[in-house]
Amino acid sequence: MSMAVRVQTADFEVGGELAALRAGDARVGAVVSFVGTVRDLNADARVTEMTLEHYPGMTEQALDAIVAEAKGRFDIYDALVIHRVGPLAPADQIVLVAVTSAHRGEAFDACRFIIDYLKTEAPFWKKEQTPQGARWVDARASDDEAAARWRDTKHTTSKA
Amino acid sequence: MNDTATPATLTVQVVYLARLREAFGASSERLPLQGISADALTVADVLAALASRGGVFATELAAGRAVRVAVNHALVSLDARVRAGDEVALLPPVTGG
Repeated sequence: MSMAVRVQTADFEVGGELAALRAGDARVGAVVSFVGTVRDLNADARVTEMTLEHYPGMTEQALDAIVAEAKGRFDIYDALVIHRVGPLAPADQIVLVAVTSAHRGEAFDACRFIIDYLKTEAPFWKKEQTPQGARWVDARASDDEAAARWRDTKHTTSKA
Repeated sequence: MNDTATPATLTVQVVYLARLREAFGASSERLPLQGISADALTVADVLAALASRGGVFATELAAGRAVRVAVNHALVSLDARVRAGDEVALLPPVTGG
């Protein structure tokens, strides 16, 4: 199991990444992915450009820890996280989370767990350029709540 | 001679990220800390030393402000131990994904 995480400025091609993730593994019956993209509107302002900053040295380590936690909680075979950094434009891809499993339930749950935790635990920051000037994006309480849901609830899918 | 009980100058590497880097006008600095014994230094002590500078440091690091701290790349709580030479990073709330 590779459980890869990548932080890169380059774009990624989802179809090729998903094909590579499950290549040669006929145990896989479900591939679930999440792609986050740049919106052109946030908090009532036009977004003309966005810059993703991270904390080199800590980022990969934090993503590895989140993926390892997902593997401990869910019956998954493999997982991939790609997160872009640097300047991005509206409609650009930001992040890919992909998970393979025997069945869809575990794959959906694990994929959601990883993106929910990434949003509150991984050291990335967005700075938006708007017609009114540049601004750092505020963290959302709803993201904390999404991660807290996983913290407080035991995984309920049957593992029998 | 008991070095661990002797208050001395301990130096840590402080890293400021994203909004805090812009607010403080620096991405990192070496921070000497005095008057704290080597076996008792915590994250809270580092934050207090920075806040005692006043100005934007006091504002950004005031109690209740949402700043998280990573020591040597791992997120820790305020009572976590810090040792000489550690990298202590101050992180605003993260907004990736």
